[in-house]
Amino acid sequence: MNETKLSRGEGLGGALRLHPLLRMVLRRLGTGLMTLFVVSLIIFFGVSLLPGDFAQAMLGQGATPAAVASLRQHLGLNLPPSIRYVHWLGGMLQGDFGYSLAGTRISSILGERLFNTLFLAAYAAVISVPLAVLLGIIAALYRNSIVDRLINVVTLGAISFPEFFVAYILVLFFSVRLTLFPSLSQVSLGMPIWDRLYVCLLPALALTLVTMAHMMRMTRATIMDLLSTSYIETARLKGIAPWRIIVQHALPNALAPIINAIVINIAYMIVGVVLVEVVFVYPGLGQLLVDSVSKRDLPLVQAASMIFAAVFILLNLLADVLSIVTNPRLLHPR
Amino acid sequence: MTDMAIRQDNLLTVRGLKIEARNAEGDWHEIVHGVDLDLKRGEVLGLIGESGAGKSTIGLAAMGFARPGCRISGGSILFDGIDLASASERTKRALRGARIAYVAQSAAAAFNPAQRLIDQYAEGPVRHGVQSRAVAYDDAKQLYRRMQMPEPDTIGFRYPHQVSGGQLQRAMTAMAMSCRPDLIIFDEPTTALDVTTQIEVLASIKDVVRQFGTAAIYITHDLAVVAQMADRIKVLRYGCDVEEAAASTMMSAPREEYTRSLWAVRHMEKPAAAPVEEAMPVLSVRNVTAAYGGRRKVLENVSLDVHRGRTVAVVGESGSGKSTLARVIAGLLPPVSGQVLMDGGVLAPAVANRSRQDRQRIQMIYQMADTALNPRQTVRNIVGRPMEFFLGISSAEATARVSRLLDMMELPADCANRLPSELSGGQKQRIGIARALAAEPQLVICDEVTSALDQLVAEGILKLLMRLQQEMKLSFLFITHEFATVEAIADDVVVMQHGKIVDQGTRQEVLHPPRADYTKALVAAVPQMNTGWLEQQLQGRS
Amino acid sequence: MRFLKSISKIPPTALLGMVVVFAYIFVAAFAHWVAPYGQFQIVGDQYSGWSDKFLLGTDNLGRDMFSRIVYGARNTVGVALLITFLSFSVGCTFGIVAAIRGGWVDAVLSWAVDILMSIPQLIFAMLLLTILGTSLPVLITVVALLDSTRVFRLARSVARNLVVLDFVEAVQLRGEGFWWIARHELLPNMVAPLTAEFGIRFCFVFLFIAALSFLGIGVQPPTADWGSMIRDNATLITFGDITPVIPGLAIACLTIAVNFIVDWILGKTGGSRV
Repeated sequence: MNETKLSRGEGLGGALRLHPLLRMVLRRLGTGLMTLFVVSLIIFFGVSLLPGDFAQAMLGQGATPAAVASLRQHLGLNLPPSIRYVHWLGGMLQGDFGYSLAGTRISSILGERLFNTLFLAAYAAVISVPLAVLLGIIAALYRNSIVDRLINVVTLGAISFPEFFVAYILVLFFSVRLTLFPSLSQVSLGMPIWDRLYVCLLPALALTLVTMAHMMRMTRATIMDLLSTSYIETARLKGIAPWRIIVQHALPNALAPIINAIVINIAYMIVGVVLVEVVFVYPGLGQLLVDSVSKRDLPLVQAASMIFAAVFILLNLLADVLSIVTNPRLLHPR
Repeated sequence: MTDMAIRQDNLLTVRGLKIEARNAEGDWHEIVHGVDLDLKRGEVLGLIGESGAGKSTIGLAAMGFARPGCRISGGSILFDGIDLASASERTKRALRGARIAYVAQSAAAAFNPAQRLIDQYAEGPVRHGVQSRAVAYDDAKQLYRRMQMPEPDTIGFRYPHQVSGGQLQRAMTAMAMSCRPDLIIFDEPTTALDVTTQIEVLASIKDVVRQFGTAAIYITHDLAVVAQMADRIKVLRYGCDVEEAAASTMMSAPREEYTRSLWAVRHMEKPAAAPVEEAMPVLSVRNVTAAYGGRRKVLENVSLDVHRGRTVAVVGESGSGKSTLARVIAGLLPPVSGQVLMDGGVLAPAVANRSRQDRQRIQMIYQMADTALNPRQTVRNIVGRPMEFFLGISSAEATARVSRLLDMMELPADCANRLPSELSGGQKQRIGIARALAAEPQLVICDEVTSALDQLVAEGILKLLMRLQQEMKLSFLFITHEFATVEAIADDVVVMQHGKIVDQGTRQEVLHPPRADYTKALVAAVPQMNTGWLEQQLQGRS
Repeated sequence: MRFLKSISKIPPTALLGMVVVFAYIFVAAFAHWVAPYGQFQIVGDQYSGWSDKFLLGTDNLGRDMFSRIVYGARNTVGVALLITFLSFSVGCTFGIVAAIRGGWVDAVLSWAVDILMSIPQLIFAMLLLTILGTSLPVLITVVALLDSTRVFRLARSVARNLVVLDFVEAVQLRGEGFWWIARHELLPNMVAPLTAEFGIRFCFVFLFIAALSFLGIGVQPPTADWGSMIRDNATLITFGDITPVIPGLAIACLTIAVNFIVDWILGKTGGSRV
């Protein structure tokens, strides 16, 4: 790499030109931020379109007009929407999400909830990612064998199950029939890590089951594509041992698409978590969102949606950036 | 083993080789029907045949290898006393790369994009325990130098996409040589290259094969190429033997009519046309400069005329801008500057702004008939629609005209109700021509229309085009990279390089003898049918 | 004979899928004959067990579970089908427009779809349903619109692969209009991938509706719907009763069946999905 870089970069223009890789990553980061911005516009102005008076809703029907007016003043509701948007966005960037319908500071609830959700997703990812990649590779290597067909039918089944169905089946077997695990996942801040892992095992398993199938099928398809390429045939015709072909020739090229599959599924997990949290009454962000939707607590809905969208967008961004930086054509430009 | 006498000094002896392939329904059917091969140490055998002859499949079978979806179903493949048809995977793996090596058609696809060339070179010797990595590196550099690659000491440290096609093909050959095998299978190694690159690569291959005394099976569809490379030539068709002879005998006195047909187009030469009568050309391109997306110019200041009833051939290598020129004329790529005139009137730059009459006057015929015809439309609709659209005739009238047109194309009348997938390659190309003519155009742009076809089929298409030209006073703009085709069909020739016109004039002026230096180089690089041609060319240079 | 032979070529999983799909269609179409009671009818005590009178017992309000599951087939599947049709018409139309027109039309449409897809679908649906309310027409419109982004992506990419082919270029050179190109050149060549996608989208929409109903913002009571039935009777699960998960099983069986068929269609046309 150094040789080519030197011979290429020595010209005057070379010093000023950005490395193509960096340029692509920066461009992708730019579109990611742009997307986040537009999404924040949608979330804010979508809710602003609603009829009704938030201050009135907060205080209830019995409140005096004077009290409503002063609350409106206090919350800045009399300002034009564009100014309110700037305040909202500025506040969020500093970790201030405003007040919920019940009058509490949203940021004080949000932190722990977000942590719980991320914990659950990470827990599920730690189980599902290695398993999915390994099984995907096995299925691809022994394609059209009994093992592969079995895996195919099972995963096809798994992606067909509703998340809450899987969750309830787990509850039915592991907590009601076998009484091994609790059916409600109550966690609190100071909880020891082992207790937390124990309590969260069922929801994590439920998440694992629904995402693993997708991830595995994507891995299998990637490896299959790769194994049919001309350079894998070349390696075979050079008399290289099969396992070495996988390790040396297939995996380095499969890295980008597999990473992509993993990150996209983790992003999906962050969302799939909503249903699982509801089943296990787990105090995560998803449960919070569902509660605030049923209470029509709009500031909370806005805040939770924005956070979910942001995590989702950032993970997709990460997937794209990772697949850019692992592309040999971009790593070693002409 | 068979009772046939097996020559003692044979390196490779194949007897009664049968190979089966699985179709979409999962049923196996035979594609190679009992082929025999004999190869002595240090000998080069040319395998030649058209598409579907089974050349590559046989070449791979010589390594005991069958692609996914294929299997060796019968016969023996005896390599230095080992039967590869029945040998274990382990035995075959020990031989592959070490004693039998393979050079693929597309080196760009055959190299792992994530590894440096020299590491891929060293992998074989290191894994087979022939050399240490350091020794293999030095060896690679020497081979790269021997094969006249630029910067031989550093080029190996590049990644495949950083190296040009011709260099990659040499690096691939060097990689095959890395363990100094007894046998190398070359599978169309120069087919994807331009002629001027091809001659260099051929020379390098021939040089290293001779230096190390390696036996080789050289697979190609181009008789002129195989004549330069092989000691003996075997002709295959539909997975069967046609004939086999020493290279010089095969070229001078082929026994089979089929063999002779393999160079059918080379026999064709259009009689010199009468001088231009009308002053006004049908098509006139004036100082056209074009670029894709505002970047580097693909065409620069190009001007040419096409007169009524004449064929102008535009020749050049890939990247010369010849196809871009066709797109500009058709209105698919509006030029940056310059004009396209038809019968003296200026055409709108973009096809969307041209009148129906203007669009009718220019029609295109494409290279790949497979993608040029809608697979879900019957021939009647493919050919009939332009008539209804441009000529405004009724559906019944169009049906009648379609069958007359198909008759002119020498196609059976029942073609009209078929789908393209039910036709052969040559028939599909004829439908493409019929569709262009259905609009009753003045100018037909032919973009490499015979490049994807076998020689005999190509000859038929070229003859048909010439007959139609005479009958209908058509003008052709014929884009091609093959000089044989130019000789067969062109009245006027335009030679292009890097988006500029190098030379233009009548065929006699431009080509007999080649007038411009670049034309000379191009013509000189086209392999000729005599066996000593490559040597002469190389000697002539040094 | 030919019919038998063509059936024997179909893999058993796909055959099973077809049988199941036909069974669901039958039950949905003849729900009023199959179900012993009406879907809103309160016929007994709350949560009574399985019996001859109430095949799967009764629900939290004392309605017959079995009858509600039967009617659920009509309601849930019907809504999902309607949404999928809507989402397909919108997604395909815009996808083909983007592919044929190209240029800024394509850029704007693709950008808009990228933005819509960058918000997780479930979250977006919850947000929109909170804002717009949870009536059935709103639910159908919102979900169809959100799902049409996926259809747009597929239709656009399939159509774009066709548009670059020479036969479409030839037609564009001729100057044929937009609708002619879409109708005669593109759509006939898109049938196979679109059919498979229809199956995939249906499964997705079906699961999605069930999820929304489960969360209480989908199909609203008292309409019998499989997602909300699970939610309403979930308490029974903690007592070890499997009745509440039966609607979930009904959902799973149909999606598996459709997926089996889709898998076969994709395999036949050489396509693949993950």
